[in-house]
Amino acid sequence: MATILEARDVTRDYGGFRALAGVSLAVRDGEFVSIIGPNGAGKSTLINVLTGVLRPTSGSVRFKDRDIRDIGPVALARLGMARSFQLVHVFPDLTVLETLEAAVVSRLRRGSRLFASLAADREVESQALEVALLFGLGDKRHAVSRNLPQGDKKLLDVASAFALRPEIILLDEPTSGVSTADKTAIMDILVGAARRIGCRAIIQVEHDMDIVFGYSDRIVALHQGRVLADASPGEVKANRHLVDTVIGRPPRGWSIAASDPDPLPPGAERSPAKPPAGSPRPAC
Amino acid sequence: MTARLALAGAALAALAVPLVAPVYYTLLMLPFMAYAVVLLGLNLLFGYAGLLSFGHALFIGVGAYTGAFLTTYTQIRSLEVILLIAAALGGTVAALVGALCVRYVKIYFGMLTLAFGMVFYTFLLKFYRVTGGDEGMRVLRPTLLGLDWSAMPKTDYLVGPYYYYSLAVLAVATIVMWRIVRSPFGLCLRTVRDNPAKAEALGLGVARYRWRAFVISAVYAAVGGALLGPPTGNVDPTLAYWTQSGNLVFMILLGGFASFSGPLVGAFAFIFLQDSVMSVLTYWRLVFGAILAAIVIFAPGGLMGLFHRPSALEVSRR
Repeated sequence: MATILEARDVTRDYGGFRALAGVSLAVRDGEFVSIIGPNGAGKSTLINVLTGVLRPTSGSVRFKDRDIRDIGPVALARLGMARSFQLVHVFPDLTVLETLEAAVVSRLRRGSRLFASLAADREVESQALEVALLFGLGDKRHAVSRNLPQGDKKLLDVASAFALRPEIILLDEPTSGVSTADKTAIMDILVGAARRIGCRAIIQVEHDMDIVFGYSDRIVALHQGRVLADASPGEVKANRHLVDTVIGRPPRGWSIAASDPDPLPPGAERSPAKPPAGSPRPAC
Repeated sequence: MTARLALAGAALAALAVPLVAPVYYTLLMLPFMAYAVVLLGLNLLFGYAGLLSFGHALFIGVGAYTGAFLTTYTQIRSLEVILLIAAALGGTVAALVGALCVRYVKIYFGMLTLAFGMVFYTFLLKFYRVTGGDEGMRVLRPTLLGLDWSAMPKTDYLVGPYYYYSLAVLAVATIVMWRIVRSPFGLCLRTVRDNPAKAEALGLGVARYRWRAFVISAVYAAVGGALLGPPTGNVDPTLAYWTQSGNLVFMILLGGFASFSGPLVGAFAFIFLQDSVMSVLTYWRLVFGAILAAIVIFAPGGLMGLFHRPSALEVSRR
């Protein structure tokens, strides 16, 4: 499988604080990768570095075999990378359809058409409508984004990223702020849409472990700016210690009890591969 | 549909003004039409791109002085040529100034545009050998569509051919702007206004869209500025002074920036209100200050906002 996006030994400092300390990560064709970790682990920084919003202090980031450290989010979007945001990012005064049309206009490079009529552009409209329908927003296409319920705003944010027909999509907590009941529905829509438009890989940052373990092919666990584990969901679940460090409390439905009374001290490094000796509880 | 009917009605009324209205009011329509052109452009920047310029008088000055320079220092009298050169100069100056300004937003953008406006004002004031200083420059009567009207009495010229010429320019400017705001470009501009970070993530270069809007708005301001000169026959630096930029912002707030025709209504209301208040009160700015305060507090959507209401929320959000 070809590697689409690759970070090599990426560090990122904020003043004296090192948010990422030598992170390496490769995302291959067809993969759904989840990045997990406690608050402050560097997840959002990593997403921002991967999407060209932040420049890494050192290390390289390559997308489709191109160094993307300096090209910025606009050029990246044009290269085939799309993202959604942790906090809801919509265009408050635009309708659902207009939001999606803006993405389609961007993809078709028609944003410089000063005198053409947008209303007469059937291609833009039909493609935007297609995405609206795909995400179940067809009935609300004329609703102004500001007035949408929170869940729909989130969906629209993600939908507009999909309207770019990206090769890879990075989702920063796609289901945060959404009711538990809606989460799976959103994820199903999302994965279906990705397949439909031919998206080659999905990376998400997610806190909801049901979502993480239910959909990922691979999980990258960050802790204090380092990759603690890069493994399949099964392997992560089996690693008692890892669960304690990056997940803390085991998610609902898991068969393990409360968290480790002696959590990993800050900065301490233990081998993620083998659980520490004397861990009495069974792995999930 | 009602909007189109209203616009058609307004156009018909404007056509009829010189035939039915007293000369005095017909003459007042001239600055209205010139400012309406300016405001159409300014509202692309403010209402659609979300950038409030406090220095657009600079471009009015560029347009007005273009007419003065050409008629004074060259043999060019054709208003078409004057308008084209004014537009080109306004656009060129804006391309340079805008390249710096659009990197900033909100108050920083406003202050930068104000600063450039003041620089230009000072240039007009101090280089009096070229610009005539505070006395300004004469604008000789231009020819319209190649026809020379110099034999006609000035008032007849202004309420006749010049009036209809201005109206035609305004009509073309309105139609072109109508197309621009409904184009893919217009949509992208609104995304940039609403959420720049999201627009960038969608591959829309925020600075580039802002810059284009800035240049287009400057072209409009320069054309409007060039139309302001001939009625008075004189241009002076106050056209480019910052209070002039303030008036433009007032007009936009008065008419309502959330709607396409808001700037047209604002320019009309401003010109005729100013005239009627000035005729009874020396301290017309006192009255205007009160009106401005009342609009911001009670009708944030401006006069047009009184007709369709969703604006209050939008305004507080901005």
